[in-house]
Amino acid sequence: MVWDWLPEYWPRLAEGVWITIQLLVISLAIGTVLSVPLGLVQVTGPRILSWMALSFCTLIRGTPLLIQLWLIYYGLGSLFPGIPGLRESFLWPYLRDAFPYAIFAFSLSVAGYQGEVMRAGFLSVAKGELEAGKAFGMSRWTLLRRIWMPRAFQNVLPTLGNEAILTLKATPLAATITVYDVFGVATIIRQETFRIYEPLLLIAGIYIVITILITLLYRWIENRVPRPA
Amino acid sequence: MDLGFIDLSQLAYSPPGRGALLLAGLAATIQIAAGAYLLGLTIGFFGALGKLYGPKPVKWFLEGYTTIVRAVPELVLILLVFYAGSGLINEVLRSLGQRPIDINALLAGITVLGVVMGAYATEVMRGAIAAIPKGQIEAARAYGMSSAMTLRRIVAPAMMPLAIPGLSNLWLIVLKDTALLAVIGSIELATRTRQAGATTREYLTFYLAALVLYLLLTLVSMYLIKHIERYFRRGLRGANS
Repeated sequence: MVWDWLPEYWPRLAEGVWITIQLLVISLAIGTVLSVPLGLVQVTGPRILSWMALSFCTLIRGTPLLIQLWLIYYGLGSLFPGIPGLRESFLWPYLRDAFPYAIFAFSLSVAGYQGEVMRAGFLSVAKGELEAGKAFGMSRWTLLRRIWMPRAFQNVLPTLGNEAILTLKATPLAATITVYDVFGVATIIRQETFRIYEPLLLIAGIYIVITILITLLYRWIENRVPRPA
Repeated sequence: MDLGFIDLSQLAYSPPGRGALLLAGLAATIQIAAGAYLLGLTIGFFGALGKLYGPKPVKWFLEGYTTIVRAVPELVLILLVFYAGSGLINEVLRSLGQRPIDINALLAGITVLGVVMGAYATEVMRGAIAAIPKGQIEAARAYGMSSAMTLRRIVAPAMMPLAIPGLSNLWLIVLKDTALLAVIGSIELATRTRQAGATTREYLTFYLAALVLYLLLTLVSMYLIKHIERYFRRGLRGANS
């Protein structure tokens, strides 16, 4: 094993890790926000919205993320230059960059998988708690905000930790559309140094460390959230 | 027919359409997924037995295997197993005085994904075997069954209903994970789609077509899984619910 390339590439690897973390955190944040209505409408209806949410979740969960990502980046991306005026608009620099496409694809993916989790979460809240809230004269919105949503999140918290790790493991796909996350940087190192295993082993180690950190973070959150007796 | 951005004539079965190419890719995807799944199940079964009943070093080795595989992205694992595997094979060939060979894409995909799936299958089966009531195994022993017979007659059938949900999930995962082989270049659907998109620049058409094909695979699988689950749960309480 040869590691003499490491000092030279260290700064770029650090940048790569930072991009990976950005991909992870931003996609998780957007995806989680989207997952709440996706889960909720499947429990409450109306029928048409519930059907649409279910179809979306099935589509996302039933197809490879890599294909979704390439469809969005190459497919949708190839349409934008044809839209008149877009090249001159302020949006163009963002549309040319691969990073937003990766965020878009990963967020939809998180939303699809987590929407399913949230559906189960909303279903798991005991009816009596919701009735008690209503008896207190809470409006539907207050009930959702104060009782239903927090209780649903509480019940699915361990699953959400797993989803975060799955999302981390999906982030290197972004390297296939020229986002230089830590995996992308490792690919560059492999091409420039002709070392095959060392960069891959190194980033495997980095991913394991991040996974451990995520596990610890979620365990810490779980411990801070009061468990029902 | 031209539907604005989507050019369906590109998907015609015979050239210049690339429908036949995509369907060949689909067939390869199914073969690779099925092969990798069987390999994964085999690794998983023996892995689970090793984890539960094996000697200490075997347990440590398996613990390392399942932990690392589950914490490292599939993409990284696929590259590692692929290069390590093909490097090893060619190293052996060279030491035997043979010329290095091109690795068969189908076999490479099956091996690489099978090794990854094996780790997940190990965990699923370990959980299922551990959940079999001890008394059933003790009863088998009391009847004078050998270990092998206990395994075949008692443990294997009793763990199946418990393992099936996890294992069917694994099938849906391996189907989708075959797409990752496009990164090392293969012959399955994602690789074919990428090639077709790149040569024709009709990205939207081909990626949408691939999306539909993958979705169909998943939906058909889910339908079959429902029936398979019912078969393995026969004779259990609440079996037909």
